[in-house]
Amino acid sequence: MDNMTFGIVIIITGMGGTLLTLGIFSIIMVLLKKIFPYKIESK
Amino acid sequence: MFDAIMSGLNGLISGFTSLHWSNPVMILVGLFLLYLGIKKNFEPLLLIPIGFGAILVNIPSAGLMEKDGFLRIIYNAGVLTELFPLLIFIGIGAMTDFGPLLENPRIFLLGAAGQFGIFVTVSLALVLGFTKLESVSIGIIGACDGPTAIFVASKYAPHLLGAVSVAAYSYMSLVPVIQPPIMKLLTTKEERMINMGAAKKTVSKTAKIIFPLVVTIIGGIIAPKGLPLLGTIMLGNLMKECGVVERLTNASANEIANIVTLLLGISIGATMDGREFLKFQTLTILALGLLAICLDTVCGILFGKLMKFFTRGKINPLIGAAGISAYPMAARVVQKEGQKYNRQNYLLMPAIGANTGGQVGSVMAAAIMLSVLQGMGIV
Repeated sequence: MDNMTFGIVIIITGMGGTLLTLGIFSIIMVLLKKIFPYKIESK
Repeated sequence: MFDAIMSGLNGLISGFTSLHWSNPVMILVGLFLLYLGIKKNFEPLLLIPIGFGAILVNIPSAGLMEKDGFLRIIYNAGVLTELFPLLIFIGIGAMTDFGPLLENPRIFLLGAAGQFGIFVTVSLALVLGFTKLESVSIGIIGACDGPTAIFVASKYAPHLLGAVSVAAYSYMSLVPVIQPPIMKLLTTKEERMINMGAAKKTVSKTAKIIFPLVVTIIGGIIAPKGLPLLGTIMLGNLMKECGVVERLTNASANEIANIVTLLLGISIGATMDGREFLKFQTLTILALGLLAICLDTVCGILFGKLMKFFTRGKINPLIGAAGISAYPMAARVVQKEGQKYNRQNYLLMPAIGANTGGQVGSVMAAAIMLSVLQGMGIV
């Protein structure tokens, strides 16, 4: 694989993968906060 | 008799006769790192052992990095095995509160945007003639995270470890100098004055306990090559949040982290032999590292502006600059810059949320990059 292709693949998959993964984490945490809400837990 | 005396005296002058021109230069570099750490308080926990290690290894004929030298033993035991950065990561996880991030989970995306500089710098390093693995090790400086940079560089380009580590830790401490001009350039005065309001405690203890498990399992399945990094930081955080292993948490955050920091720092300094360190490529690496962090800041702020647009002005774009892993330095910079334009504006908590998002983001970025490389058959 030539360097240019490698660089483009790294940018797309790396940045895209990071955004997607952290987006998944944020969705999961929103759901978890709804399943385990703060107020009910503290009571 | 005379020959024996001369041989003995020869042992006393061999240090001077073995001096290479690069040795005194690197001793000065080591002294400069000590100055930065002691006088300027720039990341002293790392720069002082690194600076001292650089001085030690550049005194010739001592053999500290030879086969049985004590620095070589420490280096082989903890750096080549990647053990030291992982042990430090347990401590970092035990010291980090992800609460402000979990209160506003969409800030995760700022933590992702703040890693853009890593990937662009990899491409630039390739253009400048570095190999693929060297470029990856240079690009990871943009993670703005010492243990992550050391983990990647020690495995894939150990001959660049000294330059990469010094760049990573030095630039982390220079964040208050690097970021403000970029923040001012990319935001308007009105944007800098946006008040994000007070944070509300909306995260239950159960959610805080489940968070590190979610990141480990899902992040590990997506990017298995980075599981050592992910798993260790999340183990530390799980121990902190569950609250039932206080002794382990305290030991991880204090004794273990301190001991390993000392040994890691001196090991990194030991790689800064003048013959290896004083090359044109070291300057190139330092320049690329600076560029990576600038690009991280640019992308973080631009993404912050995008989020401000979609939230109809609720997000202050300045917090995008905190989406890097320099915790809590970057968050403090955002707080300080926000207060310059609006003294009633307390951006610290949202900025800490973005900053801890950047910690997760930098680890995930490294993990994903390594897994992509594995998929391409390069590692």
